[in-house]
Amino acid sequence: MHIVVLTKPVPDPAAAAERLGPDHRLDRAASPAVVNANDEYALEAALKLVEASGGEITLLTMAPAGGADTMRKALAMGATRGIQVTDPVLAGSDVRSTAAVLAAALGELTFDLVLAGADTSDGGGGVVPAGIAALLRLPYLSNAARIEPDAGSGRVKVRRITPTGYDVLEAPMPALIVCTQALGEPRYPSLKGIMAARSKEIAARALADLGSDPSGLGGAASTTTVLETRRPPARGATTVVRGTPGEGAAAIVNFLATRRII
Amino acid sequence: MATIWVVGELNGDGSLARVSTEAATLARTLATAAGAEAAGIVVAADPSSAATELATYVSRVVSITDPEAAGHVWASIAAERVAEVIGSDPGTTVLVGAGPDGRDVAGALSALTGLGVLVNAIGVTWADGGPAVEMSVFGGKLITTSGFTSKGGIITIRPNTVTAEVAGTIGRIEPAAPSGSLSLPKVAITEQVVEAGAAAPIEEARIIVSGGRGVGGAAGFELVASVAAALNGAVGATRAAVDAGWIPYAQQIGQTGKIVKPELYLALGISGAIQHKVGMQTAGTIVAVNRDPDAPIAEFADLVVVGDLFEVVPALLLALEARAG
Ligand SMILES: Cc1cc2nc3c(=O)[nH]c(=O)nc-3n(C[C@H](O)[C@H](O)[C@H](O)COP(=O)(O)OP(=O)(O)OC[C@H]3O[C@@H](n4cnc5c(N)ncnc54)[C@H](O)[C@@H]3O)c2cc1C
Ligand SMILES: Nc1ncnc2c1ncn2[C@@H]1O[C@H](COP(=O)(O)O)[C@@H](O)[C@H]1O
Repeated sequence: MHIVVLTKPVPDPAAAAERLGPDHRLDRAASPAVVNANDEYALEAALKLVEASGGEITLLTMAPAGGADTMRKALAMGATRGIQVTDPVLAGSDVRSTAAVLAAALGELTFDLVLAGADTSDGGGGVVPAGIAALLRLPYLSNAARIEPDAGSGRVKVRRITPTGYDVLEAPMPALIVCTQALGEPRYPSLKGIMAARSKEIAARALADLGSDPSGLGGAASTTTVLETRRPPARGATTVVRGTPGEGAAAIVNFLATRRII
Repeated sequence: MATIWVVGELNGDGSLARVSTEAATLARTLATAAGAEAAGIVVAADPSSAATELATYVSRVVSITDPEAAGHVWASIAAERVAEVIGSDPGTTVLVGAGPDGRDVAGALSALTGLGVLVNAIGVTWADGGPAVEMSVFGGKLITTSGFTSKGGIITIRPNTVTAEVAGTIGRIEPAAPSGSLSLPKVAITEQVVEAGAAAPIEEARIIVSGGRGVGGAAGFELVASVAAALNGAVGATRAAVDAGWIPYAQQIGQTGKIVKPELYLALGISGAIQHKVGMQTAGTIVAVNRDPDAPIAEFADLVVVGDLFEVVPALLLALEARAG
């Protein structure tokens, strides 16, 4: 089984140092990059599947050159190799362009499954994977809480979380699956994994390598533009209540009543 | 006349999803500002009930009966039918919810039409001949306003962005059949499981009562649920509570869970870690009960009651009961 996991380097949300550059684009130099948290769940799911029935995992990233360092951590978790699409044209790519480039990169590979994260913490809206699946005409299974591929029948079963429980979906492979945290906590890289990751291959690909026409792609072709930024309105001062439980409860009820919430 | 489209999403029983009533209300406001028409599209094996409801919000609803939608995943089928209806005018605006179904539609629709996407809108106005979309980024540190270079595109709308309001007149419904066979693969639904005690969806709730590690266990969450019931709200949780298995992942709020914007967020035994904060900081009112006055949540809550939740919450239940009379 060959699984491709889509992983994106994002500014570390815990560092809380993100900012926009003068062009209103994310200043990627301002904060340390980490693997997007939701992508680690996808990788963990892939690792478990490969551990259970054999196979290989390729990480696929579209990112500026520095992205390779971030990818090492994901390789240390156990992925087999990485592919990074980097091209100066791609800075400032929108959803459409990101999906097109990742689809082109996937088009060069043979795989059984593509796993993606639910969304990216740097402002992504969880829409890129559906775009990739549509471009490649791949069966698309999202919101996955369980993934059961069957090599024999060439089909995959997925539990898709719904507002009231879950649906069981079934599709032929290759297919693209969007993962959730319900698949299980990502592992920490072992020392052995970290050592092994140093020599794992990260293949760099430019648009020309993918045979993609750069004219419809990247920042210059972006369909969206930031017009303005502002700070959110500051929240009002915090009222702190100490006292007996009864006083605390009364304070809550009064507060809610004053604000006409109850 | 230009059209502002809204894609109608459906609940399990075929009725219109709440987020679509909000998106439709927003579409109407934008259409008025733009001198355009607000119109809806519903795609389903039986679209009638959702289409009828959507027509109370917008002046025209294209109601597509697609038998393929029975027993198959909805979003990619819907995206393809919507693409057929709206055509490829780059100036077209399409609104859809920012939940799992809406995201799936938006991504596929963008690939099918070439339209751009702006995600997780917390507000949309009409400016300079196109939508201006407000988004909260970087964990709420910044609000950006973005537009489309072609003046049209797809916008995913967060729940509770506007208050749904029906129009004064009822729109006309145009029944339609799918215009061709599907080019995107259909995915079969082989089984639908309703989990006992599946809670109300937190994204849409007006009031959320949330529990964290301080709640101590599944039994503690019964206390959280009683407060939620007394306030007519939904139950939320932190990742610590979900990881401990006290409550399902569907209730998790935060970076790797759901982003919510209720009128009231009542946090019980929650520290307010950054990864939790990003999921709830835009709530109208935040009230916290915490033993620790220095917990990070005290920096952004409106009211903090310092105390043991196992003492404060029973007193709160009594006080709410007394008030209800
Ligand atoms: C990549 C990543 C993603 C994450 N995503 C999420 C996410 O989506 N959502 C999320 O919530 N977290 C997320 N986290 C985890 C987050 O960092 C915190 O660990 C988590 O939010 C803490 O949950 P908590 O507030 O319930 O627990 P704690 O931080 O342990 O806080 C418990 C609080 O309860 C109080 N308390 C204890 N007992 C009582 C009592 N009897 N009465 C009153 N107060 C009491 C304590 O004073 C304390 O403030 C993520 C972390 C990482 C690294
Ligand atoms: N530039 C990228 N490189 C690799 N994967 C990506 C990229 N952008 C998005 N993805 C994948 O698509 C998912 C959803 O991203 P988004 O739509 O940007 O929120 C992510 O969790 C990744 O798995």
